Amino acid sequence: MIELLAERFNYIIVIILMMTGLYAVVATGNLVKRLVGLSLFQTSVFLLYITIGKVSGGQPPILPEYSESYGGSNAGETAMAAASPAAEAAEGAVSQGEALQNTAEAIYSNPLPHVLILTAIVVGVATLAVGLALVVRIRETYGTIEDEALNQADYAAENARRSA
Amino acid sequence: MTEFDWTQLLDYALMGMLLAVGIAIVRLRNLFAAVMLAGVYSLISAAWFVTLDAVDVAFTEAAVGAGISTVLMLAAMLLTAREAEPVKAIRHWAALIVVSVAGAALFYAVGDMPVYGDPNSPANAYVGMDYITSTPNDIAIPNVVTAVLASYRGFDTFGEVVVIFAAGLGVMLLLGLNPGKKTGGEE
Repeated sequence: MIELLAERFNYIIVIILMMTGLYAVVATGNLVKRLVGLSLFQTSVFLLYITIGKVSGGQPPILPEYSESYGGSNAGETAMAAASPAAEAAEGAVSQGEALQNTAEAIYSNPLPHVLILTAIVVGVATLAVGLALVVRIRETYGTIEDEALNQADYAAENARRSA
Repeated sequence: MTEFDWTQLLDYALMGMLLAVGIAIVRLRNLFAAVMLAGVYSLISAAWFVTLDAVDVAFTEAAVGAGISTVLMLAAMLLTAREAEPVKAIRHWAALIVVSVAGAALFYAVGDMPVYGDPNSPANAYVGMDYITSTPNDIAIPNVVTAVLASYRGFDTFGEVVVIFAAGLGVMLLLGLNPGKKTGGEE
């Protein structure tokens, strides 16, 4: 049990961070602070995904051998391509095998969660902007951004409409 | 584990800082401080992304999460209120119940998660590693994340651009473009 939790320590911390964000969303009536809590929650979810994609002993998924071994021969290839397409194809096959060998030597972390989270970060900012714009409009209309006061204003308006 | 991994200590320090900042944000009622601490939270998580090998994500988080988000929230705060009203105690208890139920469910699921750093976990074994092996042959750029983002999953990125366009349109419609009126700080 202890070992099981120790091997998954990161997930536990990330879950606590997520719950901190959720608490900030639920336990406050202020709409701006609620959005702050939401972005806290969001960042914690990003941390969860990136933690899953980590490979121990890995490197960032950027291929360094690629530029010298493959990019260099690539330049020669284009010069030769006009001369004989067959020679170009043969060299392409050789350098492909070389590149595969090079990538097999080093350990890289999983790039797929990184890509997903890159998209999510940018989309998160877009939705945050829309949420904040809504809060600004609410403030312009009601004069407050506390949800208790907003409810009371709504009830008062409703009652006034009914009695009229 | 033959040798103790010292970078793990850095991770623990960053986790501790994240927890401290998160709890401070929950407790603060001054909105300026909460917004600035949210920026700090983003920046610390960007540092953690670097130790988790996600350099591109760290870069984006530092620029977008800690930069643009903070500016947007500061602008909205200036247009609305500086201080959050205190809430009733019952609300804190309700929040605590919601959080503990959700947290208990997630903790229950932790046992099924792959071990941290496992190269053979389902998330790491298949398509992600395929991208690494095939990127040198398919696409002429060394950064695999860029290759996946712009080429293999280019349509996802296109969808992202559409979402940002829709969000910008929404913000403009909500706040209005009339310069005579008081305009919002967003976008």
